[in-house]
Amino acid sequence: MKPATTAQAIYGRPTSAKRIETGVFWLLRLCTYFVLLCAAFIFWDIGTKGGAVIFKSSAPFINVPFLTEAPETLNVFDYQGGKRTMGDRAFRQFKAEHEAELKGVPVETYVYSAGGIFPNIAGTVLLVLGSMLIALVLGVLSAIYLSEYATDGPFIRFLRLAIINLAGVPSIVFGLFGFGLFVIAFDFGVSLLAGWLTLAFMVLPVIITASEEALKAVPKGYREASLALGATKLQTIRNNVLPYALPGILTSSVLAIARVAGETAPMMFTAAFVMRDELPWQVQRWTEFVFQGVMALPYHIYVVASKIPQNEYTRDVQYGTAFVFLFTVAAIAMTAVILRQRLRKKYKW
Amino acid sequence: MPEPAVPPSAAPRPVAVAPAAPANPAARAVIEIDDVDFNYGAARALHDITLNIPERQVTAFIGPSGCGKSTLLRCLNRMNDLIDGARVSAGQIRIDGVDINDPRVDIIELRKRVGMVFQKSNPFPKSIYENITYGLRIQGQKSKARLDEVVERSLRGAALWDEVKDRLHESALGMSGGQQQRLCIARAIAVEPEIILMDEPCSALDPIATAKVEELIHELKKQFTIVIVTHNMQQAARCSDRTAFFYLGKLVEYADTRTIFMNPANPQTEAYVSGRFG
Repeated sequence: MKPATTAQAIYGRPTSAKRIETGVFWLLRLCTYFVLLCAAFIFWDIGTKGGAVIFKSSAPFINVPFLTEAPETLNVFDYQGGKRTMGDRAFRQFKAEHEAELKGVPVETYVYSAGGIFPNIAGTVLLVLGSMLIALVLGVLSAIYLSEYATDGPFIRFLRLAIINLAGVPSIVFGLFGFGLFVIAFDFGVSLLAGWLTLAFMVLPVIITASEEALKAVPKGYREASLALGATKLQTIRNNVLPYALPGILTSSVLAIARVAGETAPMMFTAAFVMRDELPWQVQRWTEFVFQGVMALPYHIYVVASKIPQNEYTRDVQYGTAFVFLFTVAAIAMTAVILRQRLRKKYKW
Repeated sequence: MPEPAVPPSAAPRPVAVAPAAPANPAARAVIEIDDVDFNYGAARALHDITLNIPERQVTAFIGPSGCGKSTLLRCLNRMNDLIDGARVSAGQIRIDGVDINDPRVDIIELRKRVGMVFQKSNPFPKSIYENITYGLRIQGQKSKARLDEVVERSLRGAALWDEVKDRLHESALGMSGGQQQRLCIARAIAVEPEIILMDEPCSALDPIATAKVEELIHELKKQFTIVIVTHNMQQAARCSDRTAFFYLGKLVEYADTRTIFMNPANPQTEAYVSGRFG
């Protein structure tokens, strides 16, 4: 029916199209909020329970031993009518002093539930820094080749396809590949070096793709101006392309950092020990540094979450490790973000 | 910049033709373009172009969009090498008698001698000082005193010194559009080329900035051979000594600017310069 006046046409009536519009709008909105809800729940759960382990209400407000000591076995026993909990070293001393009283007292032990997680933090930081260094060097150089030098052809198209496919390979397969190639065939053993290379290859596709985009986003005018002044292609890239692309490259590395820090599967095949007494820098000779295995936070989370019982005594290490892990990744990523901010300010265009 | 509308029937508009003294026809030809064909892949962009560009004069290339004038300009410092499949398919371009497409030619040396200013001003997002010294630094010039001297000389040469001498170390992107374009000219003359190519250098500038650049071109031709591509016919008339009119990849007419604008031999040229097409 034709509306009689303009006012009738403008005021309108509810139609099925409008109802669907409203329905779809709410569906889209709820889907987005759902993601937010999941993220908020994860951070809230780990933040409150893990935060309670790390932060104390009295000075120095931080649980220093948890961040500076190595994991120990927790001993739980009855003593003078109450439950006592002690780390292994303290318990041995205590036992020597109170031998008579402790005779016949049952002692429950929980591995890794006392002490701290310092070796794991150190190992994770080492793994991330080393693998990011390798991945950035290889990735940026490949991206420069692809974006600035390679001319499009069947081979380059095949190469790009290979890079994209590499991004789709599951991390466990990367782990097995690293184990077979670096640990066994190259005889690196379970070591930092094997872990670095495996993790670097895993994030290489992300870094190459993002770096190439960042290089392509640099205006053509800068390249032309530089070449027209008699610069070689290399000088042009070095002075007037790469510096402007660095912020974009760093953005991709923030994502890559989270991945190399967190991918447990490749790490447990190539670099991570469940338990190691020496810290990474306590090596006989410096040449051994890269050939040692390390403890790592994500693998530690896997071990303490699945290999030991879950009760009030093991809870602290489980939530505490997850919390510290999130915090460590965030801290490394923040460093990259700050670096990017400073570069952006320096080369604003 | 919009051209003033001219009724189709109007007689050729009188244009102010600047050169006080008529271009010296005996001036040595620095650039000799001989029967040049140019291809983008299979598509031919330039057909059989022949013209000589005299030393220390301003030569303007005019013509409607897509006529090949920018392509020809970019042949002169081999900027077209950057484009896949683009090549001079026949003929020779000689600068000081040397065929610049000869495989023995060092493209770096060529570009040092043939500077270029682009349509869109493209100062590097660095300081004014770093922009000017870029060309010398990549040649390995490290002496601070020498670099300072070149910065002052180039900026004076580009009539920019008084405006920016107090902020040499600030970002070049803080300058106005016209200043940026003059900075690009200063950057080009800092490496002391013989020839400066200008690809529509004023197309993004307002009339006042354009006037400054044109004044500058007048000054620069005492030292440099200048080839300028322009869409603005008044500009060609005001600041060039010789003008070449291109249409559909062919050189239609090439003569003294005065002749092209006042008394063109070819009816197409006359139609174009009087605003009846293009």
